[in-house]
Amino acid sequence: MKVLIAGISSIVGRHLTQMLVQDGAKVVGIDRRPWLDPPEGVKLHPFDIRKRPAEDVFRTFRPDVVVHMATVTHLERKTEDRYRINLHGTRAVFDNCARYGARKAIFVGRHTYYGATPESPLFHRESSPPMASTTFPELADLVAADLYATTALWQHPSLESVILRLVYQLGPSRAATLASFLGGPRVPTILGFDPLFQFMHELDMARAIRSAMQPDLRGVYNVAGPNPVPLSTLIEETGRSRLPIPEPIFVRALGRFGLPRLPPGALGHIKYPVVVDDDAFRKEAGFVPEYDAPTTMRAFRTGSTSG
Amino acid sequence: MPLSMGLTDSPEVRDRVDRLEIPFDELGLDPYGIRKKDLVLSLSLLQFFYRRYFRVRALGLENVPVRGRAMLVGNHSGGWAVDGMMVVASCFLDKEPPRLVQSMADKFMYRMPFVSGMNARTGHFVGLPENAEHLLRHDRLLMVFPEGARGTAKLYWERNSLLEFGTGFMRLALKTNTPIIPFGFLGGGEAIPTIMNLYGLGKRLGVPYVPITPYGLALPRPVPLEVRYGRAMHFDGNGSEEDAVIMGWVDQVKSEVRGLIDEGRT
Repeated sequence: MKVLIAGISSIVGRHLTQMLVQDGAKVVGIDRRPWLDPPEGVKLHPFDIRKRPAEDVFRTFRPDVVVHMATVTHLERKTEDRYRINLHGTRAVFDNCARYGARKAIFVGRHTYYGATPESPLFHRESSPPMASTTFPELADLVAADLYATTALWQHPSLESVILRLVYQLGPSRAATLASFLGGPRVPTILGFDPLFQFMHELDMARAIRSAMQPDLRGVYNVAGPNPVPLSTLIEETGRSRLPIPEPIFVRALGRFGLPRLPPGALGHIKYPVVVDDDAFRKEAGFVPEYDAPTTMRAFRTGSTSG
Repeated sequence: MPLSMGLTDSPEVRDRVDRLEIPFDELGLDPYGIRKKDLVLSLSLLQFFYRRYFRVRALGLENVPVRGRAMLVGNHSGGWAVDGMMVVASCFLDKEPPRLVQSMADKFMYRMPFVSGMNARTGHFVGLPENAEHLLRHDRLLMVFPEGARGTAKLYWERNSLLEFGTGFMRLALKTNTPIIPFGFLGGGEAIPTIMNLYGLGKRLGVPYVPITPYGLALPRPVPLEVRYGRAMHFDGNGSEEDAVIMGWVDQVKSEVRGLIDEGRT
């Protein structure tokens, strides 16, 4: 099996590559970020996914499966940039998949697509509307990329498209959104709010993406690990302490006193839960996470894979 | 033992929480994020109010199933959630084995600090059909007040009246094949004798209204309360019946509730 991974240098991209190489797959990656010591035989191309050199990788390598995880989530990036990279990048990947005969395309999206509001259901099914674009406009480009990816299901019927909405990543690498939120010894929270957080171990994430490669699986799936955990428990179990701040002060203090510079919409995500129902993926892809919540939090805390 | 310890960490409550049919994991959490230590805290407080402050009398608890899904459907009584809290306490403290009642709360509560967190950690979620259905499909015990938020706004002289029932609960019960246990709640109107509701002030505070009593704030008075559970009601259907059919069944439940309230008054 020939697999092309866009965004291969990410933590999950690297884990996935190792797993696929062990399975005997041939892996090629596209990423502008470096990966200095990839497994033997894995070729990396430092191209922009939207540009012609990237298309040439599709043309010459002719992948069976394409994994698209080259989206930017850093909110420091300007909105136009994010749209350009996330939406147009997604479009380029799916077009190239169809054009060069890939069997399957896997879009790696995020559960924050559903948005965090007091009115949202506790367990989002795949059919829940994407509220993130209204509550958190800065995420609109990711919502757009996700929705665009789902159009591949009817635009390119011969291509098996899989859209995964994964919960927060946590693990020993201490990378990604949740890890940076939990980065310091004291984690700012909003006084009186304690939403559920859903996360999964970075290795389970890679395993989930791998299990989406099985033949005939197509569609939109929520992907989760262990049961969700309240933010307060998450902070405690990762060895941090809570710094509860009343909301009006929190809003004014953002970007100062060591608090992150966040858009107002981001506050919803530390006040209200985003929890997904992952029954469909477990049933249809046969995915069972290996890491439970305590082990995952411990792995993040100690920075070691053994947990 | 200091009084506050007994109020927030009662050994009896701790033992009962351990006997609940809730699948807590090693972190003391259930799949919905209900946390054991928060249950102990909140139910210990409820125990004080249930046993000593109000001295609640619960009748017909044997009608509440020992396990499996069920829907407790009753009337609102009192200017705010005292009725619901005492129903939760009765099934937890006076039933063998204890059961955890979960409710669907109004959306505004989830915008309020502390209330939002405590509700979620003790099993009371935003009132959405999706949430209710999820709980029932996982065999939980759900409490529903079909009068809605208007039900708690009843004034003192309207305290034993019943407002129009919504129909959502009936469709949900049919869809999930859930038995309905009607209940009548008495005394809430005496505990919180609302003489008027301030809707304008409520809007500014982010709540539907602020109830006012002859003595000002709507703090409940220590009067005896009573909750009467009736026999389980089963309806055959799938939830997609015409409104007229559903309303007929809703009326049957409503008249059971009415009967239970009247029984308690005589």
